[in-house]
Amino acid sequence: MSTAIEFRNVTKTFHGANYSAVDHVSLTIDEGEFITILGSSGCGKTTLLKMINRLYEPDSGSVILFGEDISTVDVVKVRRRIGYVIQQIGLFPHYTVSENIATVPKLLKWDKAKIAARVDELLTLVGLDPKEFRNRYPSQLSGGQQQRIGLARALAVDPKIMLMDEPFGAIDSITREKLQDELLNLHRNMGKTFLFVTHDIEEAFKLGDRVIIMNEGKILQFDTPEAIIREPADPFVQSLVDSAKAKEAFWRAYL
Amino acid sequence: MIDLILAYFRDNSGRFFGMLDAHLRVSMIALAIAVLIGVPAGFLCVRWKRMQKYIVGLFNVLRVIPSLAILLLMIPIMGTGVAPAVVALVLLAVPPILMNTVTGLGGVPPFMLETAEGVGMNPFEVWTKVRFPLAMPMILTGIKTAAVEVVASATLASKIGAGGLGDIIFAGIGLFKTELLLIGGLSVALLSLLTGLLFAVIEKTIMKHRTV
Repeated sequence: MSTAIEFRNVTKTFHGANYSAVDHVSLTIDEGEFITILGSSGCGKTTLLKMINRLYEPDSGSVILFGEDISTVDVVKVRRRIGYVIQQIGLFPHYTVSENIATVPKLLKWDKAKIAARVDELLTLVGLDPKEFRNRYPSQLSGGQQQRIGLARALAVDPKIMLMDEPFGAIDSITREKLQDELLNLHRNMGKTFLFVTHDIEEAFKLGDRVIIMNEGKILQFDTPEAIIREPADPFVQSLVDSAKAKEAFWRAYL
Repeated sequence: MIDLILAYFRDNSGRFFGMLDAHLRVSMIALAIAVLIGVPAGFLCVRWKRMQKYIVGLFNVLRVIPSLAILLLMIPIMGTGVAPAVVALVLLAVPPILMNTVTGLGGVPPFMLETAEGVGMNPFEVWTKVRFPLAMPMILTGIKTAAVEVVASATLASKIGAGGLGDIIFAGIGLFKTELLLIGGLSVALLSLLTGLLFAVIEKTIMKHRTV
C-alpha cells in the first residue's frame, strides 16, 4: 500500500498567537485509509487539514502527497486534485444543484455531455434522484440534502484524497447517522483516502480506520479506535474516552 | 385643466417627446458612466482595503453637495449644455453604486470564498464566478437608487441648458401656467416610478435563486 499523505515536522503558528496551532507534527497516512481527526475547538485539527490543500501554508516542515512536496506544485492544481467539504457546506446559491456539482469539471473544461453524465452519476451516488434535484437551487434543499450535494461536488473529478471539515456538524442527529453510514459505504467502494475532522468522539471512532487525537497543536495519539480505547496514551485521551463512556452509561440507565 | 393638458399634447406632442427623449438620453448616459466608474471603484476598494478610505471618502464629500449646487457649479467649469449636466449627474449617481458594490463584494461570507478557493478556483475565477454574482443583487439595488436619483435630478439639468422635461416645468414656472407644471412634474414622477419598476423586473429575472 502506498503512502498518500505525509507530514514531515510541520509547524504552523498564526500571527499574534503565542502557541502553535500545529506543533512539529509528523505523520503518515496510507492510500485508502479513512482517518478521523478528533479534538476540541482550537486544537489545530482544522489547521492540519487545511495545510493539505494549501489553504494554509506551514511555517516549517513539509506536506507530501503521493511522494510530491505540495509546496512545489501550483496551488490551484493541488486543490483541484483534492475533494473538500466543510461544515457550512458552501454551495454557491446562484448555481443550481447540477452547476454546483459541475464546478470543478467546468473549471477543467470538460465537454457538456460528459459533465451532464457525471452530475447524474454523482447525484445517484449520494442518494438523490437526478431528475428531481438537478435543476433545484440550494435554497430549496434541506441541510442534509445540501451536504449530499457538497459531497457530490467534492467527488466530481474523482480526487484521490477527500478532506472533510466537520461536514455533518450542523445536521440533525438522525440524518447525521444516516450520512455517516453512507459515507462509510462510499469509502469502502471507492478506495479513496478520507480525512475527516470532528469534535464528536462517537463520530470519530465510528468512521475512522485510525483516529488522530489532537490537543494544543500536538498529536497525542494516532491509532485504531480499539487501540485508543484499550490503551489511552495520555491523560487527555483518557478523559475523552471517559467522557464517551459516561455518556453511554447515561443512556444505559434509561434502557 | 384637463382640457388645457389635452390641448398641450394636441399641439406640442412632438416637442414633448423630444424633451422626454433628451431627458432619457442624459439620464442613461450619466447612469452608464456612473456604473463604469462606481463598480470598478468598488472593486478596487474591496480588493485593496487601503484605497477604500480615499475613494469612498471622496465620493461621500461630493455626495453632500446638493444636486442643484453641483449643476450650477458646473457652469463656470464646463459652461452650459449636455456635457456639464452629465458630469453633475454622474457625480450624483456614483456614490450609491460605489457604496453598494463595496457592501456587496465585501459581504460575501468568508466560508464561501474559502470553498471557492478550496475547490480550486484561481483568484480571477473567485471574483467572476462567486464574488460578483453574489454581490449582484446589492450592486443592482445601488444602480436602481442611482437611476431614480438621476432621472429626478435630470429635471434640474434643464437649468444649465441640457434640455429634458425640466424645460416644461421651468416654462410653467416662468409663464405661471399650472398645466405645464402638472405635465412636467407628473411626467418626471412617472418616469422615476417606471425606472424603479424596470430595475425591479431586471432584478427578478437575474436573481431567480433569491426569490425561490
